[in-house]
Amino acid sequence: MIELFINGRGFFVKEGTTAAAAVLTCGTAQFRSSVTGEPRAPLCGMGICYECRLTIDGVQHARSCRIMATEGMRIETT
Amino acid sequence: MTDLLIIGAGPAGIAAAVTAAEQGASVTVIDDNHAPGGQIWRGEFHGKPWYDRFQKVKLNIISDARVIAVHGNAVVIEQGAAARTIHWNKVILATGARELFLPFPGWTLPGVTGVGGLQALVKSGLVIRNKRVAVAGSGPLLLAAAAYLRAKGADLVMIAEQVPTAALMRFGMELRKHPKKLKQAAALQLQLLGVPYVRDCYVEHATGKGKLETLQFRQGSKTFTEEVDYAAIAYGFTPETELAAAFGCEILAHGVWVDKRQQTSIQNVYCAGESTGIGGVDVALLEGELAGLAACRKPTKHLLPLLAREQHFASLLNQTFSPRPGLKHLCTADTIVCRCEDVTYQVLRQQPDSRTAKLQTRCGMGPCQGRICGPANTFLFGWEQGSVRPPILPARMATLALSMTQETSS
Amino acid sequence: MRAVIIGAGIVGAACAYELQREGFQVTVCDPGVIGGGATAAGMGHLAVMDDSPAQFALTSYSQALWRELAEELPPTAEILPCGSLWIAADAEEMAEVHRKFAYYSERGIPVEVLDSQQLAEAEPHLRPGMAGGLLMSADGVCYPPCAAEWLLRSVSVIRARVVRLAEGEVTLDRGSRLEADVIIVANGTAAVDLFPDLPLAPRKGHLLITDRYPGWLRHQLIELGYLKSAHSTTADSVAFNAQPRATGQILIGSSRQFGAVNGEIDPPMLARMLQRAFEYMPGLAQLASIRTWTGFRAATPDKLPVIGHAPGYSTVYLATGHEGLGISTSLATAKLLADQLMNRESRIPREPYLPGRSYSHD
Repeated sequence: MIELFINGRGFFVKEGTTAAAAVLTCGTAQFRSSVTGEPRAPLCGMGICYECRLTIDGVQHARSCRIMATEGMRIETT
Repeated sequence: MTDLLIIGAGPAGIAAAVTAAEQGASVTVIDDNHAPGGQIWRGEFHGKPWYDRFQKVKLNIISDARVIAVHGNAVVIEQGAAARTIHWNKVILATGARELFLPFPGWTLPGVTGVGGLQALVKSGLVIRNKRVAVAGSGPLLLAAAAYLRAKGADLVMIAEQVPTAALMRFGMELRKHPKKLKQAAALQLQLLGVPYVRDCYVEHATGKGKLETLQFRQGSKTFTEEVDYAAIAYGFTPETELAAAFGCEILAHGVWVDKRQQTSIQNVYCAGESTGIGGVDVALLEGELAGLAACRKPTKHLLPLLAREQHFASLLNQTFSPRPGLKHLCTADTIVCRCEDVTYQVLRQQPDSRTAKLQTRCGMGPCQGRICGPANTFLFGWEQGSVRPPILPARMATLALSMTQETSS
Repeated sequence: MRAVIIGAGIVGAACAYELQREGFQVTVCDPGVIGGGATAAGMGHLAVMDDSPAQFALTSYSQALWRELAEELPPTAEILPCGSLWIAADAEEMAEVHRKFAYYSERGIPVEVLDSQQLAEAEPHLRPGMAGGLLMSADGVCYPPCAAEWLLRSVSVIRARVVRLAEGEVTLDRGSRLEADVIIVANGTAAVDLFPDLPLAPRKGHLLITDRYPGWLRHQLIELGYLKSAHSTTADSVAFNAQPRATGQILIGSSRQFGAVNGEIDPPMLARMLQRAFEYMPGLAQLASIRTWTGFRAATPDKLPVIGHAPGYSTVYLATGHEGLGISTSLATAKLLADQLMNRESRIPREPYLPGRSYSHD
């Protein structure tokens, strides 16, 4: 298992899990706020819709469905 | 410098790469995924027909990488925080397809995903066990994805196929002429025993506070609702043609134009698989093999009859499962069509053309670059899709600043 | 009185708006969409510049007009009063900061000199060690296509190309003719199709826009070296220019190329432009870019627009050649033309921009 932090809270997920799958599995429905403030979460699952954007280890607008969760990863929803 | 550059490691890219490598070509494969297999074989390439041949050949595979810019016979790729330039003699584009999403009220709620989209999320670690899931939209992927999700423990509420019953019956009759496909369909049905498969039925709207809670379906004149955790909804596929456009290839309404040897309108640029038109995995494999042989100047004629047969089946699928015109009327005034910039149906329907819509409403100006709203707008308003410029996908500025005049490896 | 305006860019739109207010019945002709040419491609500066006294007069007059209009414009025009910061990399450029400070102060333009530390505090992502800067707090940026659309909101716009001009009449590509008492040619670089002798050259530029990073950049930043490159009328050049947009996006320029024939992205030129930007703001390299595009500025040899009576005609007027300042100077351009049509004095001298001038440059 890998320990990662979503909005500061620690969770464990299986190895080989993407950041997007980790966030959903850990019970966070909203990944980002749209430009008018609506809640959004992944749509396409394959890296083209950009709805899964999160701040990952300080990098904004990271496509979380394309990024593997790693030990100690810090994920912020926006 | 690589002899042959293949972009995309789904079925078409894999078949092309293996075929060309078996002919002795030096082959580099670039793929946006973590491992070869594309969307359809994500995490399941092992055990597929081409896997053994794939294992035996020498390929230079660059995973988790995407092409950001094309200039002459060079491409700039981004891989994590690194970028590099690769030069090629010949290139085969095998970029596949994406799902066709048609907007409806509530489709932006967290929990509404694509069909392949939800499957991909589960394959990449999303725990779906005991979640209530509805699968809706159109096409054979509905069954395949539902069977997969069920096997992973999802509580499948129903499968809603928008195609009217009569058209599905006609398709069923034709399916008998394709024993292999019939067998696949029967196997899926067995895996989905007990899950309602509702024909002539589509999702009219989704509601929920902060996330998806309820779906409203329509079947003919009656409507009904279901409480769900996830709704996997898509109306088939649309070819991924952006990269081909960046290479300057001619693009037709159904996909990238290719000749009988899979060569595009640009010399030494080949295209295979879904990006030439939605055809499914068997067409993709044959086109990939054809392109691989053609790029190595080998005969390809022997594959054409097989390809014709598969393409006939594909056109049958495309005819049967094309979205019904009535789906154009699902949007209400405030339904968001462009999800990146939150542009509503009401605002868009007042625009005379896509260019004006882009300039005046920001529609398609966000990071998906119109990949999601573009095909929806073509369906809703008949608009043409926009031009393609670098970055072909959003990229770090450092990647675009990379010199393209010499090959780099850092 | 009927007016036909050729070109639905910001200059044509401003002229249409102004003439309509003077009581003209206005028709605008453009083969493309409203604001779809250089207006869409440009950065949308609302800036005061002092390359020449005439440029200063036109930009400062126009900025005041934009300030008035901003009250009325819809939010989609994205007026952002961010101010401009001219960046001095070294002592030589800092001397230029002080010269500009004196010039603008004397003329009542609000300016402030920032030393190295003040500059770093004003824009924390700038490379450390810059000599200083000049803050022009009245400058801003806007989103021009929506401003053009608003200016034209009650004007009749015909989607057609004007293929022939005659006294009091234009012929459209579809063969029909429009009569007018006044014709204004405001179609940027395309004006040479109707006036082959105009000394206009298309000057290609590249731009890039990022995803949204609210607060990352606070002011429009322009390197003082910009003056050297923007001044050069022959060589290809790049200069650092970055803008915060109302959306939180960052818009990055600039490049200048003469003789470029097509509008495609030129990757080596784009790379050069970005490398220049990273020299000023290294952190930009890590931000996500989502789109690039090009456009063509209508450049004249003396870097001033062409505003006034077309040579040889009594009913035809020109309003083109605004190079990189078309948005900034569009409103003043329209005022100068309207004054001329109404036989009024103008707020600033009209002579420097008249089509028949010598176009000599220093």
